[in-house]
Amino acid sequence: MPVSFIQPPAGAVVPPGGGILVQGLRKVYGQGATAVEALKQVDLVVGPGEVVGLVGPSGSGKSTLLKCLGAIIEPTSGRMVLGGKVLYDQSWASRDLSALRRDHIGFVFQAPYLIPFLDVTDNVALLPMLAGVPNAAARSRALELLNELDMGHRAQAAPSQLSGGEQQRVSIARALANRPAVILADEPTAPLDSERALGVMRLLGRMARQSQAAVIVVTHDEKIIPTFQRLYHIRDGRTVEEAGQGRSLD
Amino acid sequence: MISLAGRDILHSWRKFLLTGIGLGLLIGVTFSMAGVYRGMVDDAQALLSNSGADLWLVQQGTQGPYAEASSLRDDLVHGIEGMPGVALAANVTYFNMQVRRGDTEVRAMVVGIEPGKPGSPSHLVAGRPLSRSHYEALADVRTGFELGDRIRLRRHDYEVVGLTRRMVSSGGDPMVFIPLKDAQEAQFLKDNDAIVNERARSAANPAFNRPGVPGLLEAVIASQASSHQVNAVLVQVKDGFAAAQVAEPIRRWKHLQVYDRAGMEEILVAKLIATSAKQIGMFLVILSIVSAAIVAFIIYTMTMGKIREIAVLKLIGTRNSTIASMILQQALGLGLIGFFVGKLAATLWAPIFPKYVLLLPRDALTGLGVVLLICALASTLAIRIAIQVDPAEAIGG
Repeated sequence: MPVSFIQPPAGAVVPPGGGILVQGLRKVYGQGATAVEALKQVDLVVGPGEVVGLVGPSGSGKSTLLKCLGAIIEPTSGRMVLGGKVLYDQSWASRDLSALRRDHIGFVFQAPYLIPFLDVTDNVALLPMLAGVPNAAARSRALELLNELDMGHRAQAAPSQLSGGEQQRVSIARALANRPAVILADEPTAPLDSERALGVMRLLGRMARQSQAAVIVVTHDEKIIPTFQRLYHIRDGRTVEEAGQGRSLD
Repeated sequence: MISLAGRDILHSWRKFLLTGIGLGLLIGVTFSMAGVYRGMVDDAQALLSNSGADLWLVQQGTQGPYAEASSLRDDLVHGIEGMPGVALAANVTYFNMQVRRGDTEVRAMVVGIEPGKPGSPSHLVAGRPLSRSHYEALADVRTGFELGDRIRLRRHDYEVVGLTRRMVSSGGDPMVFIPLKDAQEAQFLKDNDAIVNERARSAANPAFNRPGVPGLLEAVIASQASSHQVNAVLVQVKDGFAAAQVAEPIRRWKHLQVYDRAGMEEILVAKLIATSAKQIGMFLVILSIVSAAIVAFIIYTMTMGKIREIAVLKLIGTRNSTIASMILQQALGLGLIGFFVGKLAATLWAPIFPKYVLLLPRDALTGLGVVLLICALASTLAIRIAIQVDPAEAIGG
């Protein structure tokens, strides 16, 4: 199928209610002769409740972009607005990046990476607790999310007692626990078979719509690409949006 | 906020407990070493307290009778009894020997006493005091003798008529008390062959066979066959007299070395067991360093095993201080388990030690503080590693 690429509109603004706006993002590792420009010109827009895919070959800058968006590494220049708040504009808006990640960004990883010494409920409730929410309220929020993800019956289970798909559902609940404006997912379906992968994407889409979170999914997984409403390709440190994608499995 | 450290400990409690027990046994050894030192000090103090003396009179220029050899004439005591401020004075002899008990031997300090006077045991746990002039003995329970047992000392058998407790020498050897005359004989008299040889040498000495001096040789030989030496004279001072006040005229007029309680304690604690104390101190330092290294290694290993979880925790917004606190709490938890196991182990195995092991509550309290301090210091390495963990490790790429 022929693929046409369109550039994000210049001076794009974040849709009302939050989402992600990235403009002219650059990231250079090292200095002088050894400097490597991992991101040259990244522009993207993701609306609230929208699930967008990010694909590209190895070394194209996907992980670097995810780390910049996740406030894990500092970009060299550019502008990032998350959830209607400026996260980065030539410098970080806040010094407390831990609090920024905790309060505004949800992460879903390739492997669920649940904390093995906490049960399912506390794995989800940990984030609100870290944000200062009382334990009872945090657990209540966790149970609410787990019930929505059909994991309420495993609330007291240890992570080691769950299947891979169940663990990934718990990690989605954890990502949503603090009602983040943005969810960054790094290969969330890689270890799952087709059916479960599509199930996870279906959940992610539903939860994103419910919570109005903007979701960026980095993936190599061909089978989930049709589930994205829009798809960004990243190539040689530059993003291009692929038109014509987007159909929901719901 | 839930306790991440507590949850982690509960999650892997078997590993944590076994590690704590291992550490606890090491801490138990440390406590025991401290207890051995305390026991030595207590033995020395018990020796002085149990003697019932206020002053120790020994050979001039010596630090006897416990730290150095001291020899005095036994008739000296009569002059001492008449000195101002002296309530009671008594000759005593001390010597260590291997005492046979059944098929085994017990190292004991044999004390020659004048019953009822300073040097005698202040109380008995069984039996009665010495009442006959010869061949009766009082033995400390740690010798293993019981009432009615017979003890062979040199050429004579002694019947155990009374038992004492915590009557030990400064070296921790249990004491056996026998009448002074018997002790003098046992300590100073030679064996039969030596006496025969001595008599032959005296008979061959022209100085003892001078013409016109009849009976000289017999007198010399008779003097060689009896002993009038003691190691010390113990003095109790009268009420209203200070020990120093009584000691001064004795020192001046009798030309003896006189020690009061503080002086004798100084000799026993600061000099006699000083080398042992340094030895034990070295062990304590080494054990503390080894314990710190082990705790550091354990905490470091535990932290390295959780690097991925720590990266995830940091990525989702956990502050460094929360992670540092988790590691510190685990180190302190390990230290607490180690402390209680160590205290229990030291208490349980203390009675098995051949020498007295005294475990003082204040030492345990100090030990707890040191253990927690070591654990806190040992956790710094792991905390440093955890703080340096890049949250990006959770994402990879």
